[in-house]
Amino acid sequence: MIDLLVTHYNYLAVVVLVGIGLYGITGSPNLVKKIIGLNVFQVGIFLFFVTSGYVEGAAPPLLGRSPGPYASPLPHVLILTAIVVGVSLTAVALALVVRIYEAYGTLDEDAIEEVRTRD
Amino acid sequence: MTDALPLLVVVPIVFALGPVAVGQVRPNAGWVAAVAAALAHLGLSVSVLGTVLAAGRTSYAVGGYAPPFGIELVADGVSATLVVLVSVVTIATVVYARAAGPRSNTFYSELLILTAGISGVVVTGDLFNLYVFLEITGLATYALVATGRSPAAALASLKYLLVGTIGASLYLLGVGYLYISTGSLNMADLAGLLPEVGYGSPTVLTGFALIVVGLSVKTALFPLHTWQPDAYAESPDSVTAYISALVSTASAYALFRVTYAVFTPAFDAAVPFALDTLVILASVSVVVGSVLAVLQSDLKRMLAYSSVSQFGLVVAGVAVVNETATLGGLVHLVGHGVMKAGLFVAVGALATVAGGRTVDDLAGMADRAPIASAAFAVLAFALVGVPPAVGFAGKWHIVLGAVEAGRWIVAGVAVVSTLLTLAYFARVLERLYFRDAPAPPVAEHPDAAAAADADAALTADGSGSAGDADEPAAPPTVSTTARIVVVAAAVGAVVLGVFATDLISVLEPVVEVSFR
Repeated sequence: MIDLLVTHYNYLAVVVLVGIGLYGITGSPNLVKKIIGLNVFQVGIFLFFVTSGYVEGAAPPLLGRSPGPYASPLPHVLILTAIVVGVSLTAVALALVVRIYEAYGTLDEDAIEEVRTRD
Repeated sequence: MTDALPLLVVVPIVFALGPVAVGQVRPNAGWVAAVAAALAHLGLSVSVLGTVLAAGRTSYAVGGYAPPFGIELVADGVSATLVVLVSVVTIATVVYARAAGPRSNTFYSELLILTAGISGVVVTGDLFNLYVFLEITGLATYALVATGRSPAAALASLKYLLVGTIGASLYLLGVGYLYISTGSLNMADLAGLLPEVGYGSPTVLTGFALIVVGLSVKTALFPLHTWQPDAYAESPDSVTAYISALVSTASAYALFRVTYAVFTPAFDAAVPFALDTLVILASVSVVVGSVLAVLQSDLKRMLAYSSVSQFGLVVAGVAVVNETATLGGLVHLVGHGVMKAGLFVAVGALATVAGGRTVDDLAGMADRAPIASAAFAVLAFALVGVPPAVGFAGKWHIVLGAVEAGRWIVAGVAVVSTLLTLAYFARVLERLYFRDAPAPPVAEHPDAAAAADADAALTADGSGSAGDADEPAAPPTVSTTARIVVVAAAVGAVVLGVFATDLISVLEPVVEVSFR
């Protein structure tokens, strides 16, 4: 068990990040903290891809540069795309938060709920 | 012409730039661009369907990189049919939005990006590419939901964004598991590689579970549906019609694709409990969705919960892993898109005239808006499953297939859902046809006032009725475009039902291959 943790600590980090992210989304009533949680959650998944592409002592697969072993660049490229998607999502989410704050004057989910039921 | 495949995605995106670029100079550029893009999209999708009907499955290697390494776009009977559905619903929505609004140029840009995203989900043959298109679809949908200028719409949109992103991220994680165990992202390639790794391998099973949960969030199956009623209820009518017809449909299609093209029925034979679990989830969704729909007084919420139930039925049909049931699920998927879009447009149109959109507001509306009411009735009965409409064809095949496969639970659930569907539509039809309209000034009525208040943002900038909707000085009427769209949807639902066997013969080759 300890062995597994020492050799696979990167996957442990993935689990921790995903867990913290999900807790951030569900545990906090603050909308901005929820978005931060979402980002942490996504970063955990990005780390999973990136770390899975890591090969001890490997070189980029460029012909004539090194004899190998080679690491596949694909997971990193995929995650570049996913990071772009994540940034766009954060931008849209923050734009919505600005509108919500203008309308309700608070970012607290419970307070917003209170305002809505009073109206 | 296989080049039409990438153009299905490229054309709407390019046209989406137009309204933003020239919007300052030409305020109505959005609508023109949207019409042009929708017509071009229809032409392309019909040409793709023609190619598929003549030559079978066609594929396109993006950037010239041969499939297992590059991204592949694939058209077969199922995706070609859905692409045509996307074009038709886009045209209908653009026509309806001219009168109903929202009128801004950015609205049309977002709509076209959404069209591109959905087309991409439908034609892609690559799991990671599917993730990207799912997120393009998601981003455009979040923005569209928020175009209803009310703060409630922004809240609904943010809720949808949080839940939808978790769903898409779980899907991405699932794709990661499959990629790690096989080293491939191409669907057709994965179908060959997965048996070599072993369907029972924990990595593959976890990947399957994550993908299914992620796509179920996007499809809005029961315990994961929480984003959907708010998003449907708070967005403008034209947006609701569009996303109810296509967004969840695209995710349900992705679920079908992953189950049949990546995991194949051999997976079900090797690990039966995986899809058994999905059948149970879907069946619960059917029943609970219908019951929640019966409990709603707001019409848009009622239709939203009805979608939860109908998509449960589609997924149940797919998860039964029986040729007949799968075809039934796909027919219902296509039919539901047409019917639900029509129903939402009808509700939007009737609500404008009635001044509110609760069930009681519709009392006696059949006299004031006979065409919209009649079309609503036809669509309602079509969704209930009265022959010859398309709702019947879909449900009939699902039940037939479920019985063939010995899945009595699905057959039973389909019948129960039909009764519950009748229950929630009967309430509305009774108000429409057998109640007298209330005395003219309804402003004092608290329910109507609240509903009209919630609607104020929509009716003020759309609908063509000047001033408040709850002050019927000059009684508003259903706009001509809304009438055309609703009637077209009603006719479409019946025609699709009559020609259901032809539809099935287009879809069949795709499903057949999996069962050989």
